[in-house]
Amino acid sequence: MSAQVETIGSAQRRKLLGIWETAPGLYGWLASVDHKTIGIRYLCTAFFFLVIGGTEALVMRVQLAQPELKVLSPDAYNQLFSMHGTTMMFLYALPMLSGFSNYLWPLMLGSRDMAFPRLNALSYWVFLFAGIFLYVSFPLGQAPNGGWFAYVPNTSLEYDPGINMDVFALGLIFLGISTVVGSANFIVTLLRCRAPGMSVNRLPILVWGTLTASAANLLAVPAVSLACAMLWLDRRYGTHFFEMSGGGRPLLWQHLFWIFGHPWVYALVLPAMGIVSDALPVFCRRPLVGYTLVAISTVATMILGFGVWVHHMFATGLPVMSLAFFSAASFVIAVPSAVGVFAWIATIWTGKPHFTTPFLFFAGFIMLFVIGGVSGFMTASVAFDWQLTDTYFIVAHLHYVLLGINVFPVIGGIHFWFPKMSGRMLDERLGKWTFWTMFVGFNAAFFPMHVTGLMGMPRRVYTYPSDMGVGWLNLLSSVGAFVFAVGVLLFLINVAKSLRAGEPAGNNPWDAPTLEWATTSPPPVYNFATIPQVASRYPLWEGRLKESDERSIIGDAAPDGMVLDRGKETIGVTPLDAEPNVVLKMPGDSILPFLLSIGMTLLFFGMLGQMIWLMVLGAVCEIVILALWLTPKPHAAEERVEVYE
Amino acid sequence: MRRRAALLPVLALAGCSGTPLSYLDATSSVGGAIANLGLGLTAISVGVCVVIGVLLAVAICRRRPEGDLEIAPVNDRGAIRWIGVGVAISTVFLLGSAVWTLLTVNSIGEPAQAKALSIDVIGQEWWWAVKYHSSDPAREFTTANQLVIPVGVPVQINLTSTDVIHSFWVPKLGGKMDMIPSRTNVTWLEADKVGDFRGQCSEFCGLQHANMAFTVRVLSQADFDSWWDRQLQSATGSPDDPRLRTFMARCAACHTIRGTPAGGILGPDLSHFGDRETIASGLMPNTPQNLAKWINNTQTIKPGVKMPELGMLASEIDGVTSYLEDLK
Amino acid sequence: MSDHAHSEILPVGGTDTVSTAWWGMACLIATEAILFVYLIFSYAYLGSQHDGPWPPSGAPSLKLALPNTVILVCSSFLLGWGVREFRRRRDNGRLALFLVGTIVLGTAFITIQGFEWAGKPFAFSTNAYSAAFFILTGVHMAHVAVGLLMLVMLLVWTLMGRFGDAHHEHLALGALYWHFVDVVWIAVFTTAYLVPQFS
Repeated sequence: MSAQVETIGSAQRRKLLGIWETAPGLYGWLASVDHKTIGIRYLCTAFFFLVIGGTEALVMRVQLAQPELKVLSPDAYNQLFSMHGTTMMFLYALPMLSGFSNYLWPLMLGSRDMAFPRLNALSYWVFLFAGIFLYVSFPLGQAPNGGWFAYVPNTSLEYDPGINMDVFALGLIFLGISTVVGSANFIVTLLRCRAPGMSVNRLPILVWGTLTASAANLLAVPAVSLACAMLWLDRRYGTHFFEMSGGGRPLLWQHLFWIFGHPWVYALVLPAMGIVSDALPVFCRRPLVGYTLVAISTVATMILGFGVWVHHMFATGLPVMSLAFFSAASFVIAVPSAVGVFAWIATIWTGKPHFTTPFLFFAGFIMLFVIGGVSGFMTASVAFDWQLTDTYFIVAHLHYVLLGINVFPVIGGIHFWFPKMSGRMLDERLGKWTFWTMFVGFNAAFFPMHVTGLMGMPRRVYTYPSDMGVGWLNLLSSVGAFVFAVGVLLFLINVAKSLRAGEPAGNNPWDAPTLEWATTSPPPVYNFATIPQVASRYPLWEGRLKESDERSIIGDAAPDGMVLDRGKETIGVTPLDAEPNVVLKMPGDSILPFLLSIGMTLLFFGMLGQMIWLMVLGAVCEIVILALWLTPKPHAAEERVEVYE
Repeated sequence: MRRRAALLPVLALAGCSGTPLSYLDATSSVGGAIANLGLGLTAISVGVCVVIGVLLAVAICRRRPEGDLEIAPVNDRGAIRWIGVGVAISTVFLLGSAVWTLLTVNSIGEPAQAKALSIDVIGQEWWWAVKYHSSDPAREFTTANQLVIPVGVPVQINLTSTDVIHSFWVPKLGGKMDMIPSRTNVTWLEADKVGDFRGQCSEFCGLQHANMAFTVRVLSQADFDSWWDRQLQSATGSPDDPRLRTFMARCAACHTIRGTPAGGILGPDLSHFGDRETIASGLMPNTPQNLAKWINNTQTIKPGVKMPELGMLASEIDGVTSYLEDLK
Repeated sequence: MSDHAHSEILPVGGTDTVSTAWWGMACLIATEAILFVYLIFSYAYLGSQHDGPWPPSGAPSLKLALPNTVILVCSSFLLGWGVREFRRRRDNGRLALFLVGTIVLGTAFITIQGFEWAGKPFAFSTNAYSAAFFILTGVHMAHVAVGLLMLVMLLVWTLMGRFGDAHHEHLALGALYWHFVDVVWIAVFTTAYLVPQFS
């Protein structure tokens, strides 16, 4: 028996719709706690920041196209490169992946929503307001200008007067709240909000990737929040954390920042690698090879990621013993990455490739992953890093890993899940043009940077002399960047066109195996009319893979299954084996997350302007709203639920 | 397409030398050891890319039954073994590279012979103060934006900063070392050949990080000794020189010239300025025309630099320029 | 696995690890705990790089800090006792008393620490030590303050009769947070007050 798919129409489904639907109008828009709405908001807002960050880069590439150009002043250049890095690293990369996970997790896990829907909404609003907070500085000409890494003393008040770095420090603390809150939500959702039978060895790798990244973020973000608080205090309250005049130490900033920063970059790529691990096999018409190895390697990479931060500080003059340890650890961390690469290639090799646009993005990703990986391998060597660090070689490396391992899977992932989210297919022909334009443009832009780096071109420079010999390579990079931008434009045109007139998608246009493809496209607001009972890793391929005789029970095949329609409800399960053990009541629409974010915005602007009254106002708002949010509501103690054995 | 892409690095490497800041063609034992390691790692990297590229291409393009996109049962024991093989081979290369790295670090940590000389290089926004130490305090002196060292002997460099973090880097002679205020980092240089080598600040330090360069001039021991003696001599010329009077009035608040009353310490020491290769820490060759242009146009040439545009008269500029160029 | 469903009685919301809120609080505690790890790291790093003795002004006095520590630990025991009592007897009145007691002890802690701070020979902006000391103890004090707000909310809800048979997870979670704040204080106190006595 194969799993069947839901169809709209019965009284039961109408009842669920009534329970779960978001209110109409502006109130519903502000108060929605539906994970699908929030997921799409994340995706759109993050993409918007990608375009802004990309535009900043294009302007920089015009300035750098030839030696000694005067398109930008050094001050303008410094603001642009700082905002480019900050935007991409904080406002695009993680929120984009959060968007995918927010939308997909409950669907993939067979649940009706995330564990904490209001917290979910809060993490989005805080992200939006923190992004606005950071960008309000731009029109004032006071955008952060000390680099996204903000080394002291360059970013101390003495060398960076003006509010630029206050915006940076407070903005990152603000944004960190969104990240931590979102991470907690993912962890608890994964542990408890799955369909019965969705045991840990049946989870999609995207879920493993996001879970790992979330656990890491919980532990890493406080380091940068603390560092930023110290920076702000040094700047505005005369403290001496980093200020040498009172015994402060500049390297403390670097330690705290990179203790955060290195795990962070793995958080930016592991979920995207999960996207590939889940979606590539669909276009190879077979399960992922080495699922367990890939899941373990995901976790191993993240754990090792906490032990390599000093490799960003190899030239600071730290004791050789510690440099040697961190260099060795930086080599070791490549081992789990190798597991992934060979697993993906093995999946293609033993599979039957279906050459769609997503497949192209995922195959291209593998090559870019390896190039980015080997340039990282070269920098892991502390002795050679003493030449490579702070040159364009690092710029090449970081862009290969960030665009190659985040952006390419993201675009491929959008092509893959767009039909599910919108009910329409993206245009395949335009999609293929998009891929090749982006792939050629990206390599033309960033491959030459390996060469300019080996030729000694330093990074973070607004210009370079003509006798450095890197003029034509920089011109090639600049042209490549614009070609890549054309690719992004083609993608946006594809999205706009297809939203209006794309081919209708149906429930499972790709014949993919996981639970989200068992719903309609787009899914009903309650996801599943009856909670599925999961029997394998690939519920919709079970009958054909024949790994066992057990079959998942999904949709119309479960007429007497777990309906949970006494209010907004979903099932809670045990963490490892996913046995149902509690009925979870989900909140309805709530304006409180939006209001809480407004309160936070007031608080942070108050701190920026050092206006005590505004800070107090913000804090009081927060306390009142939190009291309302957390007030216990009466509910039944128990409920009768239909459970499969 | 992927095979052609793999050739690019090989071709590129051929062009990766001979430029002022390239380091795969280093001319010192330290630089050479690092370059060998670097070339080895590059070769491994290129090899990995080629191998994976080929595997990927074959995986995609290998012949399969036409039109079959059916889901069917799978047995992955063989495939998992290949993952194991791939990871095992990768691990061997990783461990080998780690060991080679540590051996290299060990070999370049200290020079074979004792260091002949100790020089302080102090980074400031956006120039380099250079202080020569000697066992005889009377033979110590300060210069700026150039480092002159004798060939074939190890020289100790003591690095610090008076403001923000900078980084000292002479690619052809060795790796970088940060200059961090409130601490002193010690490194060493030893050049194999006589010649001029370019240095570059390598830690983002504000508006003119891009233009904070310097020169390392390597001389034979004899030439180096006579250069040192010349540096110790006071400025030649009469104290009543009108050009010196202009300098005192317009420049001495920030600049020092040994042997004259000019003792400002905010800007580079200009003693024996005529002997220097470049102006404004590596920005332009030291010629009278460039110097004249620099003095009145600092903010246009190096926006944000601490030296203000003084609006000097043409006659004043001519006087100061010729005075400075005469200080050999 | 059979195709047949049977019906089971499951709790709604659940308590302790059955609820999702418990895991959410665990995540919050994890992230706040690591924040204190980074604070202690910063204090230790600045100390290790310091020229001269650390603390520069000598070890901080235990005269107020030690009794204060006892007060805070007692408040934890008091709250734990109160929650256990409530689980057994569901007496809102008694619970309110325990909560008031805990709030009083917590407020005493903050007040005494305030006096202790006022008597320090250094201010926040004096030097690296004072910065590290005040941010370490100050961030902790902020957590105590948040904990007090939480306890006040719990008290209000108790008096409103919101803690009935099925749902008093808020109580357990608030208590968990308060215990966390106390355990962290042991670590902070050891770092900032005890270790300097011996070095």
